[in-house]
Amino acid sequence: MNEILLSVLVFSPLIGILALCFISKNQEKAIKWAGILATVPALALSLFLYSYYLGGNNLSAFSEKVRWIQFGSIANADSKLFAVDYELALDGFALLMVLLTAVLSTLSAIASISIKKEWKGYFMLFLLLETGMLGVFMAQNMVLFFIFFEITLIPAFFLIGKWGYIEKEKAAFSFLIYNGFGSAVLLIVIMVLFARAGTSNIEALRYIINVGGVPLVSPITEGMKYGLLIALLIAFGVKLPIFPLHTWMLRVHVQAPPPIVMLHAGVLLKIGAFGLIRFGLGIFPEQFKDLSVIIAVLGVINLLYGAFLAFIQKEFKMVLAYSSISHMGIVLIGLGALNESGIQGAIFQVVSHGLIAALLFFLVGVIYERVQTTSLSNLGGLSKAMPLTSGFLLAGAMASLGLPGMSGFISEFMAFLGLFKTDPLLAGIGALGIIITAVYLLRAVMGITFGKQGVSVRTKAMRDLNSVEMVPVLVLLAFIVIIGIYPSILSNPLEDTIQLIMTGLGGQAG
Amino acid sequence: MNLDTLLSYEWGHMAPEFIILAVAALLSLLDLFLPKSYNRRSLAWIALVGILVAVVSLIGLLDSKSVSILHDTFRLDSFGKAFKLILLIGAACVILLAESYEPKEGLKEYRGEFYYLFLTGLLGAMVMTSSGDLITLFVGLELLSISSYILAGMRKKNPGSNEAAMKYVINGGISTAITLFGMSYLYGLSGTTNLKEMSGAMSAQAANGQFLYLYGLAFFMVLIGLSFKLASAPFHMWAPDVYQGSPTPVTAFLSVVSKTAGFVILLRIILTLFLTMPGDDTQKLSFLETHSIYISCLAGISIIAGNVIALRQRNIKRMFAYSSIAHAGYILVAISALGYFTFDAVWFYLLAYLLMNLGAFAVIQLITDSSHSEDIADFAGLYRRSPLLAAGFAVFILSLAGIPGTAGFIGKLNIFMNALMTDPGHFVLASIMIAGTVISYFYYFGIMTQMFFRPAASTEKIKVPAGIGAVVVLALAGTILFGVAPNTALDFLHNNFGSFNDFLK
Repeated sequence: MNEILLSVLVFSPLIGILALCFISKNQEKAIKWAGILATVPALALSLFLYSYYLGGNNLSAFSEKVRWIQFGSIANADSKLFAVDYELALDGFALLMVLLTAVLSTLSAIASISIKKEWKGYFMLFLLLETGMLGVFMAQNMVLFFIFFEITLIPAFFLIGKWGYIEKEKAAFSFLIYNGFGSAVLLIVIMVLFARAGTSNIEALRYIINVGGVPLVSPITEGMKYGLLIALLIAFGVKLPIFPLHTWMLRVHVQAPPPIVMLHAGVLLKIGAFGLIRFGLGIFPEQFKDLSVIIAVLGVINLLYGAFLAFIQKEFKMVLAYSSISHMGIVLIGLGALNESGIQGAIFQVVSHGLIAALLFFLVGVIYERVQTTSLSNLGGLSKAMPLTSGFLLAGAMASLGLPGMSGFISEFMAFLGLFKTDPLLAGIGALGIIITAVYLLRAVMGITFGKQGVSVRTKAMRDLNSVEMVPVLVLLAFIVIIGIYPSILSNPLEDTIQLIMTGLGGQAG
Repeated sequence: MNLDTLLSYEWGHMAPEFIILAVAALLSLLDLFLPKSYNRRSLAWIALVGILVAVVSLIGLLDSKSVSILHDTFRLDSFGKAFKLILLIGAACVILLAESYEPKEGLKEYRGEFYYLFLTGLLGAMVMTSSGDLITLFVGLELLSISSYILAGMRKKNPGSNEAAMKYVINGGISTAITLFGMSYLYGLSGTTNLKEMSGAMSAQAANGQFLYLYGLAFFMVLIGLSFKLASAPFHMWAPDVYQGSPTPVTAFLSVVSKTAGFVILLRIILTLFLTMPGDDTQKLSFLETHSIYISCLAGISIIAGNVIALRQRNIKRMFAYSSIAHAGYILVAISALGYFTFDAVWFYLLAYLLMNLGAFAVIQLITDSSHSEDIADFAGLYRRSPLLAAGFAVFILSLAGIPGTAGFIGKLNIFMNALMTDPGHFVLASIMIAGTVISYFYYFGIMTQMFFRPAASTEKIKVPAGIGAVVVLALAGTILFGVAPNTALDFLHNNFGSFNDFLK
């Protein structure tokens, strides 16, 4: 069982797709149940792995490796060359991401009960998306990573384009083309590495790039390494997104259906951060060190740009979209700091923002369903009509702006702690962003909850959160608070990953 | 030549060609003598059986060593076998499409010739893959071309079809003339038409620095002449009109079998004649290193022009014409960056392209025939009318767009690897190719939007004829199989054809 556990975990949502094939497309209830249940095995397995790992056991027992593609007839000479294996494995960081994905998938499947049409197609694509996301974090070579990465692209395109709001098709194409461009750049990087190093295994590449490998037809020159790292930065910069590659993401956040935005903001954007850490920092540590200032500067720009623009938005969804950009700046700041606390902060921020963004976008979906608007001026005074929703919204905003005791605080604190050590001036400028974050979030959320009665709010009879909707809210909030109070549940699994990165950087202590 | 030498040749190695020739002859006789009222649709099945028998005979020959008969004019080496297999599979699918083809005015008494002209075209293509001599190479090319000219004009009362045939004849004639002009230089300088002898003579002359410019000119001319056949930009002008006007099975034939044949002849000429040729008398650079820039330009322009112009097309067949121009560019990237993986890359891409393109054309034929129009709006709501067909078409499109999980992705991966592992790497070409791929998302996913997001104009269910259904299923299975487990094809290639070591011997 151990040898196929990870495969089962990745592909378990596909069982749901199979099951859905046999359900008539009009049986709304059955379809929704099947869709939600199909996300449960992955959740259960990842929870099991998490507790197994926390119990002090080694995850390498679950690693899988099967020969998959052998290019060229070179196999007789050296069967490792130009071969792509199907290889899955987990380390602490990947495990956290898998757990985050599994949790958010289940919650967003629950949130999907608000979907109004063509449930069957919706859940099939949804489950395919989940498989892609899970696979991305476990892939041990870059080709396999790329394949899972692209698998997320197609279902997301359809989910946005078919079930989104008014300008959905435009948003879907914007998503497709920007991300297509990003993955195109990524593919070039992967193929250069594969063609010139003869392997795409991350471990092997780390060794070949930093120590040197057998010379093949043509070498990877020093200059080329910088080129490759910058290309990686662009590729994942589209995904993260890094200013100025972010416009697609605003459209997606506004137009996509709420459960998909939850997954998108919660997991898909994080693939960008994951990739930067895994490949950028993992394979090219020397080069990353030289570019770290640029990365930190990009982070500060992201943070401030997102915060300022979030401040002037009139749409709550736009506030949150810009807030996502701003928060991803913190990831870059942490990575740019290049010391232990910085990197830890970056990873914390990845997980924590995933949870917070999912919570906030879920609540936005709930509000939109009731009042058919997310314009700030129309939403005032929601606390009387929907006290629970407003309360949770406030809690989410507090987490997002980094209130101590919640997950947002820990990650921002660590990231900035890291940067203050290496570049105090830059960190000082960046810290302004934290203040603006507090301002724009409070302005938006206070306006919604306690502000002047908005047009839309007064005229409609309102339902507050029902019991099904309470589930995602409570679960997400619980995670946020637990991480805030007891961050070791994140930092313990991360130890080995961060250790590995620090070794790559030359043992520079944090 | 007396009877003894004639009999001493191992004619068995030409068995696939003989079978196709015999079936083509049989069909033309049957067509002549069968009563007028007889429905000639059944002739398609005879043609299909003929092709399948040829496939079987070819498989029987897989193990045999490289053989050369008829004074080296006909060579059956692994190169020939590998590409003949692709041609035969492609032709079999095209025949299945043709069996189900029903234009609105009907094919009437021309139906018989419709089938056997495919076979003669196929025969020409097969001769090209196996020829060791410029003369046979050219005869094969002409046999293929002339059959295609007639096929393009098969709808005799249809203005579009007539236009297509006319344009094709004129453009084809020009390209043939240019090719022959280039070949005449080769013959004139080396004094022989036999490829192997010619290669020796050319290398010797080039090593002394003789005739290098003339050989460069000859290479250039032959390349341009053949690039008409490949429909690579800037010599692609005929393709959109011909693809649009021809009957759909013929379009499929042109985009798959005829294009494959074009690449085969290009590879043959480049690899036998120019690969070992030095580029100057100092022997520092090889001839191809100094001249492959021509191929790179063709590749780059094809990718950009094909993908960009396809964005503006509303006619689905025209769109696929431009898409096929872009795909020709992708394959040219592999040829331009000659390296260890070139054969693998070209062969696998052609195989993948055959499957995904034939599958797509099968669906296109079905939809355009039933709606009597070729606008992409006819695909609106296909998902509602026939979910399975829509899903199949979606897979073909994803494969054409190079999305993982499909054969098209692995094909592109192979080409990239080939282009990037050379020293210096072909970074510009690879970037153009990937940029082209991203551009292509616009129009490929535009079709998706029609199929899945738009409401259908009619709710009428679509009836799938047996021939088309068979092609769709076959192509779908292949596209997914070679996308998920590409080594089924790659191992087959390596086990049976080695690394094409016998190519130059």
